[in-house]
Amino acid sequence: MSPGFTQTDFLSIMPEMLIFGMGLVVLLFDLFGQGRSTRNLAYLTLLTLGAAGYLDVMLLGQFLPGFGGSVIADDFSIAFELVFLVVCALTVLISIRYLEDRGLNHGEYYALLLFATGGMMVMASGRDLLMIFIGLEILSISSYILCGFLQQDRRSNESALKYFLLGAFATGFLLYGIMLIYGATGSIALQDIRAALADPATFQNPYIWMGLGMLLVGWSFKIALVPFHMWTPDVYEGAPTAVTAFLSTGPKAACFAALVRILFEALAATRAEWQQVFWVLAALTMTVGNVLALHQDNIKRMLAYSSISHAGYILVALVAGGEEALAGVIFYALAYTLMNTGAFAVLILSSAGDRERVNFSDYAGFGYLEPALGAAMFVFMLSLAGIPLTAGFAGKFQIFKAVVGQGYIWLAVIGVLNSVVSIYYYLRISVVMYMQPATGDSISTRPPGSVPLYVAIVGSLAGVLYLGIFPGGWLEMSLHSVSRIITGG
Amino acid sequence: MLLEQYLPVLALIFLALGLGVALTLVSILLGPKKITPAKKKPFESGMPSDGAQYRRYSVRFYMVALTFLIFDVEIVFFYPWAVKFRELGFYGLGVMSVFFVILTLGLVYDWKKGALEWE
Repeated sequence: MSPGFTQTDFLSIMPEMLIFGMGLVVLLFDLFGQGRSTRNLAYLTLLTLGAAGYLDVMLLGQFLPGFGGSVIADDFSIAFELVFLVVCALTVLISIRYLEDRGLNHGEYYALLLFATGGMMVMASGRDLLMIFIGLEILSISSYILCGFLQQDRRSNESALKYFLLGAFATGFLLYGIMLIYGATGSIALQDIRAALADPATFQNPYIWMGLGMLLVGWSFKIALVPFHMWTPDVYEGAPTAVTAFLSTGPKAACFAALVRILFEALAATRAEWQQVFWVLAALTMTVGNVLALHQDNIKRMLAYSSISHAGYILVALVAGGEEALAGVIFYALAYTLMNTGAFAVLILSSAGDRERVNFSDYAGFGYLEPALGAAMFVFMLSLAGIPLTAGFAGKFQIFKAVVGQGYIWLAVIGVLNSVVSIYYYLRISVVMYMQPATGDSISTRPPGSVPLYVAIVGSLAGVLYLGIFPGGWLEMSLHSVSRIITGG
Repeated sequence: MLLEQYLPVLALIFLALGLGVALTLVSILLGPKKITPAKKKPFESGMPSDGAQYRRYSVRFYMVALTFLIFDVEIVFFYPWAVKFRELGFYGLGVMSVFFVILTLGLVYDWKKGALEWE
């Protein structure tokens, strides 16, 4: 081994190093600053995220493979890293009040969020299977703990344990798949796997197919695709609401980033096969997620099923492949982050105090009691349903346009039909908010909110509308960043 | 194919399994059997076993286990470094210092949170 890393090596992982380093700093500050307000730690976390975002923007347009090609800073990883930073920043903003209300304002929370975000960034910028796996593990282990953060709450503990057990199980599948592919191709580097698959003898090796199958099962678990979705509603319902917002957006986007990289950079030769698998999975995921969401009375649970179906929409883009569709993945990741976290922010704001208000019936008359919040919630729901002039519409339009362009008419039809079905349960909350009279049980005496929460709501509202009305800028960047993935350069 | 290199390992696994099964079978089939109550206990000549199998443990045991993990991981990665100490020189020292500092932060965290105090 020749020691000595070059400057490029460190340059390529600067944002990640910053995030992990500051995670440790936050942990230490919390340790030695006993009794001081953790709000400062939250602000320090936000500052870190801002700085990492700045570094990412500086790296934009570069192509920097580092550490022997195991990580890379290219526009694809940076686009996703920016999404993760937005996810984490919004989560911090909506967590502050939530944790204070429950007396859980421990600094570890922010350290764990930073570690999880760093893990996601490693996943997006990893360029060999092990690096991606390590990123996934950092992310997963941090999220298991975050799920159980309400230590005194049974459901939160259940959520953490379920997530841990099933997550560990899925990890086993994933690792086994990595091992088989390594055994068949002799490499864990995505580029080398691609090169090895060009050889017909390797291509026909049954281990490739077993490995591919294992990988697909592992990732499907992590992304919660039907039929590997069973854990999702329980985990999302039990976890602290702010963590649910994080889990349903960030890790999914990170898994899609890694999946796109693995499938298109390494396993492009096997595309005809996984395309068929994903066709079925996408159709199932969209349909089952939507149908189950129809019956929920708990909004957190409804949003959990809705996140399953949204993963289905994104998966449609993977089936289509192609620049347009993959750009849709990145676009949708940001759009979904904004609208989903926004909805959760409204839930948290109206649950201020220690009582959770997560049932539909809690929101009777909400639109008149809290006109501004009700309107914000209405917009988030419209966006989730995919109504024009919102980010959700722009994202779905981009994906379905690309899918039809590639000739997958039926998949697009199933997707659009599902969107129509989803309007029922998204607008149900608006019906409750505006058309049912307030009862004694509904929210009448909401404690005053906090500034960070308002910032989160206004920020995601602005983002949803901006992406909906002017999708051009982010779409341009998404298109640009996937071009190299497709050509495999 | 690459995997063929591992054929001897597979043979060894089968040999070990076969030998184990064969020897056990031989002793079951040919050996004399005198069963006494003491012999039927899960741990013959161990401590007398009583009480339910699943009991609640003090969470401290897990704390100790986690603390042990810190030192364990440290040792695992220090060994290769120690073997290649001279070749790696200052570069190795620098890299291991970073590793060591991060790992020590874990211990500091443990300590400060009181994981090292039994009572």
